[in-house]
Amino acid sequence: MTTVAPTPPKTTERAPTPVRARRAHGTHSSYPTWFYLPAAVIYGALFLIPTLASFYFSLTRWTIFKSTFIGLDNYTAFFQEPALVKGFVNTFLYAIVTSGLKVVLGLFLGILLTSQIRARGYLRSAVFFPVLVSTVGVGITFTAFMDPSTGAINKALSAIGVDGPGWLTDPSLALFSVALVDVWKGVGLATVIYIAGIVSIPDEYHEAAKLDGANAWQLLRNVVLPLSWPATSTVIILSLIGGLRSFDLIWAMTRGGPGFSSDVVASVIYKQYQAGFYGLSTAGNVILFLVVTAVIVPLSRFLARKEVQR
Amino acid sequence: MRNSTRTWLGALSVTVSIVVFVVPFAFIVLTAVKDPQQAAQLDFSWPRHFRLVDNFVQVLEARDYILVIAFVNSVILTVASVTVMVVLGAMVAFVLQRRVTRWTGLINFLVLSGLIIPPAVVPTIWVLQKAGLFGTLPGLILVEIAFGLSFSILLFRAFIATIPRELDEAAIIDGASPLRLFLRVVLPMLRSVVVTVIVVQSVAVFNDFTNPLYFLPGEQNATVQLTLFNFQSQYSTSYNLLFMDILLITIPPLIMFLFFNRQIVAGMTAGAVKG
Repeated sequence: MTTVAPTPPKTTERAPTPVRARRAHGTHSSYPTWFYLPAAVIYGALFLIPTLASFYFSLTRWTIFKSTFIGLDNYTAFFQEPALVKGFVNTFLYAIVTSGLKVVLGLFLGILLTSQIRARGYLRSAVFFPVLVSTVGVGITFTAFMDPSTGAINKALSAIGVDGPGWLTDPSLALFSVALVDVWKGVGLATVIYIAGIVSIPDEYHEAAKLDGANAWQLLRNVVLPLSWPATSTVIILSLIGGLRSFDLIWAMTRGGPGFSSDVVASVIYKQYQAGFYGLSTAGNVILFLVVTAVIVPLSRFLARKEVQR
Repeated sequence: MRNSTRTWLGALSVTVSIVVFVVPFAFIVLTAVKDPQQAAQLDFSWPRHFRLVDNFVQVLEARDYILVIAFVNSVILTVASVTVMVVLGAMVAFVLQRRVTRWTGLINFLVLSGLIIPPAVVPTIWVLQKAGLFGTLPGLILVEIAFGLSFSILLFRAFIATIPRELDEAAIIDGASPLRLFLRVVLPMLRSVVVTVIVVQSVAVFNDFTNPLYFLPGEQNATVQLTLFNFQSQYSTSYNLLFMDILLITIPPLIMFLFFNRQIVAGMTAGAVKG
């Protein structure tokens, strides 16, 4: 893989290949290679080169100006420091919790909002709007709600006689509280994906199932769920990518605290960067890269296969 | 569904949606118009004094109009990066969809990588530093373009696939140059998807917090998302100003949502399903 790969050499452009043989000669020059060039330069310089360079720099002790090769020291440091290991584990927990809840709630809301319910337009807007709002703003607002003594959530709970927990102050709970807010903000996207999937199911399936006397549960289990499978796999993939890379909401709400209890790899990368450990920070980036590809690539293959076999 | 079921299910859903989705926004608005003492309690009480204008003026004046500067920066950032994303994304998608060569597979792979791979932060700073662009608005604009191109290309490619090739061929026979073919024939047909890309990417860039945090440090050239961060850490007592800030930066996405709801939803679902 080279960084300027999107612009093939001129010679290959002129050589007619079988694919293009059916087109009239000269037609393909109307789709010139240089159309790739500006995009390739920006993308190559600011995305591909840094990604490739990160593999080298993660093996160094690095101050932007000078790098010393130290082998795998950064990686051993990463996996020996309990705080950093915690961040590694939390990344998976966060991604699994958020994407699981988004699938379940998104499917439920998708079904609800495609039914003949009243006020459907309003409900769709209400559920979707948080997707468009500033993540940091949402984080600050919910931090206020989740305050253990003065927060709205615990006040509401105490009104019905429940003693609310310290949502963001209890180390064993903080990560999940943030995950819940992530779901609140992101479930709208999952819902509209499900709505698109459910609406595209041809009516005949519903009618056929009804003629066979299927009840609501059987309809869901045997018609809606399998036929909206592409929506499910999209929601899983999208929310896992987002969840594994998640940074801004966690940073706005807890800064990885209390202690390191809600740190994830992305927040570790930022903390190490701030502390000036550029090599270690970049090692965190490589680890995140490996985690994301190791999870997403096989999973999307697997989900696509299930789709075909249906 | 029976009529009575429709009604009570609708009423129940509306009630739940108000508690879950409307109340947080009501809280933001209420706190934004309170006086500092009452706002600091962070509760749902009715404002004793409505200080909408006062708070608005104060939040704008805070620290030498930093919020105004930030709004200008964010608008420049959003307009510049989204414009380039649209033009370059459409160009790539056009050739990528129309001309299949042995490189097509690789290019598709690179486009998809852009959606999945988390950007390597410090090496990007290193590149920007070498180019003398680190900590500058043009540098951040280029970064946003690089990170947003993939999504734009995917949306455009899916749409270009639905435009018949015969149109290209007619234009080519009439002697149109490649650039003319693209600008005069293809781009006008892309209008609806261009709107979608503009709306979705503007909201994304405007709301972006992480990239400005890394690539545009320093208080004087903050973007709007960073002002929240600054207010939060330094003015922890003036919650009314903090929430006024949140309210103000929620308005641009709200306007987008009111006017382009359909395109936003279409873009996000289409991009998602094809990606």
